[in-house]
Amino acid sequence: MRFEVAASVAEAVRMLAAEPGTTRVLAGGTDVLVQLRSGLVEPDLVVDIKRIDGMREIRAEDGGFRIGAAVSGAELGEDAGVRALWPGVVEGMELIGSTQVQGRATLAGNLCNASPAADSVPAMVAADAVARVAGPAGERDVPVAQIPAGPGKTTLAKGEFIVSIFLPARPAGSADAYLRFIPRTEMDIAVCSAGVSLTIGGDGTCTAARVALGAVAPTVLLVPDAAAALIGSKLDDAALDALAAACSAAAKPIDDKRGTVAFRKKVAGVLARRAAVIAAERARG
Amino acid sequence: MALDKQTTAKREFKVVGTRPLRPDGVDKVTGKALYGADLTAPGMLVGKILRSPHPHARIRSIDTSAAEAAPGVKAVITHADFTLPDDEDMRDILVNCMAFNKALYDGHAVAAVAAISEAAAKAALKLIKVDYEVLPHVTDVDEAMKPDAPVIERGRQAETVGEGFSENVTSYCEFGHGDIEAGFTRADHVIERSFKTEATHQGYIEPHACLATFTTDGKADLWCCTQGQYMVRRVCSAIMDMEASQLRVTPSEIGGGFGGKTTVFIEPVALMLAKKSGRPVKIVMSRSDVLRASGPTCSSSMDVRIGMTKDGRITAGHAKLRYQGGAFPCGTVEMGAMAAFAAYDLEAVRTQGWNAMTNRPKQAAYRAPGAPMAIYAVESVVDELCQHLGLDPLDVRLKNAAKAGTKASYGVTFTDIGLSACLAAAKAHPHYAAPLGPGQGRGVSCGFWFNFGGDTCVTLNVNMDGTVSVTEGNPDIGGSRASIGMMAAEELGVPFDKVRTQVVDTASLGYNEVTDGSRVTFAVGLATIKAAQAAKAEMCRRAAMIWGIDAEAVTWEDGCAKPSGPNAGDFPPMTLAEIAAVSSQTGGPIAGHHEVNADGAGVSFGVHLVDVEVDPETGATKVLRYTVFQDAGKAVHPDYVEGQMQGGAVQGIGWALNEEYIYGEDGRLQNAGFLDYRVPVASDLPMIDTVILEIPNPGHPYGVRGVGETSIVPPLAAIANAVSRAAGVRLTELPMSPPRILAALDAARPKAAAE
Repeated sequence: MRFEVAASVAEAVRMLAAEPGTTRVLAGGTDVLVQLRSGLVEPDLVVDIKRIDGMREIRAEDGGFRIGAAVSGAELGEDAGVRALWPGVVEGMELIGSTQVQGRATLAGNLCNASPAADSVPAMVAADAVARVAGPAGERDVPVAQIPAGPGKTTLAKGEFIVSIFLPARPAGSADAYLRFIPRTEMDIAVCSAGVSLTIGGDGTCTAARVALGAVAPTVLLVPDAAAALIGSKLDDAALDALAAACSAAAKPIDDKRGTVAFRKKVAGVLARRAAVIAAERARG
Repeated sequence: MALDKQTTAKREFKVVGTRPLRPDGVDKVTGKALYGADLTAPGMLVGKILRSPHPHARIRSIDTSAAEAAPGVKAVITHADFTLPDDEDMRDILVNCMAFNKALYDGHAVAAVAAISEAAAKAALKLIKVDYEVLPHVTDVDEAMKPDAPVIERGRQAETVGEGFSENVTSYCEFGHGDIEAGFTRADHVIERSFKTEATHQGYIEPHACLATFTTDGKADLWCCTQGQYMVRRVCSAIMDMEASQLRVTPSEIGGGFGGKTTVFIEPVALMLAKKSGRPVKIVMSRSDVLRASGPTCSSSMDVRIGMTKDGRITAGHAKLRYQGGAFPCGTVEMGAMAAFAAYDLEAVRTQGWNAMTNRPKQAAYRAPGAPMAIYAVESVVDELCQHLGLDPLDVRLKNAAKAGTKASYGVTFTDIGLSACLAAAKAHPHYAAPLGPGQGRGVSCGFWFNFGGDTCVTLNVNMDGTVSVTEGNPDIGGSRASIGMMAAEELGVPFDKVRTQVVDTASLGYNEVTDGSRVTFAVGLATIKAAQAAKAEMCRRAAMIWGIDAEAVTWEDGCAKPSGPNAGDFPPMTLAEIAAVSSQTGGPIAGHHEVNADGAGVSFGVHLVDVEVDPETGATKVLRYTVFQDAGKAVHPDYVEGQMQGGAVQGIGWALNEEYIYGEDGRLQNAGFLDYRVPVASDLPMIDTVILEIPNPGHPYGVRGVGETSIVPPLAAIANAVSRAAGVRLTELPMSPPRILAALDAARPKAAAE
């Protein structure tokens, strides 16, 4: 195994593209190192991207924020601007791992690890976040939802890696929230999860919403029916019940060591409902 | 055994009962303490073990030639390098460490290599070719007992088992007295329920690790983390066919054991690799290896039937217990059958137990082995009877509580025991009267453990500078160096900081039973007190010599030799330090020692009280408040006693709510890591409150009872009772994981589930 530190995006792309064998990009390394140690992967090349200029920066852009691929969860959580605009994305990211892991783990890494249970991804999908991907053909912007292809697989091509995640601007009266279910209180992996982003108009009517579920399908699931249940409502019990039912219906989970199909379908709805209530409280300020 | 005269009620202790700083604390928190994996030796090789991916497979052949030829590889071994010992227990231990004709569970060791580096050893493992014939497997205890189940090994069934079972059922036992059918007739209400519990692992933080060296003339040294260096010597010398004196075993600091380190898993493998390679070999298990191939506790399937009168008197109890302890015969069910009804004074009681073999790792002891599950089932039915009859669960337990003079279901008649005192303390505690909110429930359970004594050997040396060195042979897993040093200081009348207690290797003392059965503070403490008494007698003799009076005319008081009265002579008292300073002139070094097979350990009871809240939409359980009441006989170092009470409660909370061995259809363990084998984390828990009761054990000079195990017995039922009351539905399967609770809730409200 070779280990290289890239000084620029172009150099990283060149290294990753030139290696005929298995490659891994190292930002925080909180998934890559665990996989190396357990023998799950034996890459031929590991490229460290976190010393490239801009990788550890959060920049205001067009009313939103561009978050470098090596920004850690702890750094993200300390950014008052991001916290105010996208509290659900921040709380999803902050649920990952321990305090020590928070000093390293990144949004981009959580996304590229492509776990259906990734904690930051449902909130990013609900936020309609966009990943900027660098590769041999230059840079392209890809909606976050399109990056994971299935457990452990991404749609990134040979030589490509994510350089930043963009969280867009949003109107006043907007907020988001993320909830996961774990059998413990921390240091665990989501059995199922829900991210809800919504906007509430001046008269208390929900004018926009996106709802995403984690760990109930091979990739994070955007549920338009659930959003439709909220839009146009005042987030009354009937609307929230319809949201929960739409989430339970859309969930396509499996039985495994962490939970059953019946449990995940039901709890996905429960979490979405609870997350919508939290997001609404935040949106109303 | 004759019991010491009881002076404990009046005795004023000076050191015992105080809370000095733990002697091993600074080394442990600064990382200086040396654990199993911390020793290295010049020329040391890395040992790695190849494990079966199949739960059950015949091993047709093993081709090690490519691995042997690989760069850096110094030795490769398989079962062919070992000879099966005649003794059946030793044979099972060896076959568990290295599979012979069959791989018996997922993770069973089939070969091992020693190489110059971790990478070389890993690479060599991949070059070993094992030709397996995969066989049908069984991992569930009820399935394994069925007549047509795949048989793990033929010829292991005891005659007492009887007809109608597969050959996997290796033993049957029964206990009890009285006419249970007549008892059930007298009852106003009878409840019978079936229960299941999953296997749980001890979850010690330190994985098994050892370093073995072999000399060319056949002597060996083994450094390892273990609960018993003498056990390791006995087992390994038998397996390696060497004399015990030729193998020296030195225990490292131990990062948790809980019973799981009372046997060996890797030590014979390391010794054989060291012998074959001629180099020191270190083996460190990974967490995955620990979960797949070291011993968890038994899983169980149980039926319990109990009858009760309207006013809460139990008229009869009957328990049928079926345990599986992995791929080898195992006697744990017997302890469950003995303990099941121990808390009750019953006219009619019967317990029956069956052990079955399955394609799972060989079970190892885990804190009160066998008792938590059996008592969980009994205490759940008692609670349901209380609910049905509208009775207070503590009143009912007080009414039926075993006491001095009670003939226990397992045959003994109890002497002084602390059960009623624990129940009364629970009843009077503010916790029991605190209001509960919606969705919350309170659970109660009794717990019991036998406690053991056993072979023990202690030497106490009085150093010339007036300090004292205590040498003992039991690894310190629960604070024994502190408690033993405190008892030595108490008996000698010197400050605790003048005493240092060391755990030594097998060449330095006679045989000591492993650190198990909550025996160490009791038995090693007893031997230490006797050794101190011997040293005191010798110091009195030395003082008498100096004073020129009879030895009988000298007594020991407050750390000094004194003339026993005015008639004996008028001499100022001599302190221990003064006597020690001149010991060379009075006959040489001063020491005391004591060897004993300690009897009279004194059973231990506890009562746990817990409040929980169940989320009706997710099935998640939150433990809100927890109080442990336990009889310690005499708490030598109360911090450690409280720690044992809290630790047992926490491990029990894990067992009750989330910890479990999960096997797939393919017979492979699916959660061999701490991510999906869920021990509780700190934020899952409230502060565990403790109330120590002290009902002196007549079998110990200071009244000490073991406290290490009883505390894991009540949590399973206490939490199950609390959850069942909170959820409004009786839970009968452990762990009560959220999917299981939600399914039970949905089954109890069919309308809601259909939505």
